[in-house]
Amino acid sequence: MNETYELRSGETHIEVHKFYPGAVFLAAVVALVFQATGPVYFPKLSILDLPMLVTIYFGLSRRNPSTGLLLGMVIGLAQDALSGPTVPLGFYGIAKTVIGYLASSIGARLDTEHPAARFALIFSFFVVHQGIMALIRRLLQSEPEVWLNLHLVIAAAVNAFLGTLLFLALDRLRRSS
Amino acid sequence: MVAIPSKHKSLTLLAGVLLAQLLLLAVQIKRDSRGRLIRVWAISAAYPFERSGAWGFEKIRGVWTHYFALQDTEKENEALRVENDALKLTISQLQGRAAEADRLAALLSFKQSHEKVPIVGGRVIAASAGTASRTVEIDRGERDGVRRNMAVITPDGAVGKVIEVYRDTSQVLLLTDKEGGAGAMLVDTRTQGPVGGTGEPTMLMKYVATEENVPVGEKIVTSGMDKIFPRDIPIGTVVEVKAGNPFKQIRVQPAAKLDRLETVIVLLTQAPVEFKNEAQVSQGPGPAAAAEKP
Repeated sequence: MNETYELRSGETHIEVHKFYPGAVFLAAVVALVFQATGPVYFPKLSILDLPMLVTIYFGLSRRNPSTGLLLGMVIGLAQDALSGPTVPLGFYGIAKTVIGYLASSIGARLDTEHPAARFALIFSFFVVHQGIMALIRRLLQSEPEVWLNLHLVIAAAVNAFLGTLLFLALDRLRRSS
Repeated sequence: MVAIPSKHKSLTLLAGVLLAQLLLLAVQIKRDSRGRLIRVWAISAAYPFERSGAWGFEKIRGVWTHYFALQDTEKENEALRVENDALKLTISQLQGRAAEADRLAALLSFKQSHEKVPIVGGRVIAASAGTASRTVEIDRGERDGVRRNMAVITPDGAVGKVIEVYRDTSQVLLLTDKEGGAGAMLVDTRTQGPVGGTGEPTMLMKYVATEENVPVGEKIVTSGMDKIFPRDIPIGTVVEVKAGNPFKQIRVQPAAKLDRLETVIVLLTQAPVEFKNEAQVSQGPGPAAAAEKP
């Protein structure tokens, strides 16, 4: 059962990948710790959103919307908890829950193994992620939050580029079929 | 085989997870003056139901209290009616006392303004039993120095004369009685003529020549010629003047309120006294008496 198996979607055959035990947990923890400590020493790293990249990766790979959204929720809530008192619990949680669900749903329908597809998906998910956070800020917290600006577009591109590389590294955590 | 949850199941799970986190956010986020967001949401969500509930309960209570819980209402109504009657009686008594206080204040004021005139105040204790005569009985008599043919007045003006004196009471014939009357004169022209009663609320001034100019509204005072009333006591006001031959018919409205006398003044002398005019006298009485002035 730990082997890779195929998910039939119409006439398209898409692989559902399995990972080594603890790989998902370990990747999530490393991403969270890196996100929490990295920008302290290298402020420019704050442009990265490693927990989001991990959520996207495992969502696309596991291709199970339920586990994808739950993983997104757990990672998001953990990121909230590590983000200090100014970020309410659920802020990143909601955003990453949606991202996890979308990634899993898309991963179940499309082949997302190609780097170009991954780049495009990460870029899109980053924008959606930002949109959800802006929506929460505006609706719930009544705070002005930009939907999208040049800085965010650059951040989306950087995350997409580094995320594509990261996904290649994370592919090594997969069990071979 | 790995069971793949259906799309419906995963959507339900997504909605549940998002809702849970939204509630989590709402618990933490505070709106400036309205408290935590969860409270704002809860109140906003509950408001329509609370309003509907309040409306429903109000209607139910209304139906209950107006149609079913009326067993004590009749008793309560009766008790309230009794209480209302008692209160009305109390108010009436208080109003009477206030009016009496005003009248007594008027008498006191009159007495103070006529210190040299021997007078005695009296209370009207009875009136004529029939309509044929207009007399009143007062609670002052022989023991108080009252004698026949003494003038009876109020601060407003002449009332009548004493016709019978008993030990403690006296009978007063009002000016409006057919037998009543007083020597009178018009204030402006000093034209004299007797004023007599007709058995009606108004009086007639007699023997004023047709040539005399008597305008409606002119004041009439006692002339002192009848040896009963001193001069210049107000008698009344001309309310109607008709031409006649050889004398005018002048109808006079009494200055004193003869139809509702309660306290009077008996002048214990028939010697000429200086009587202040109505305006001067009316400055003294209390507010109720002042308010009754036309």
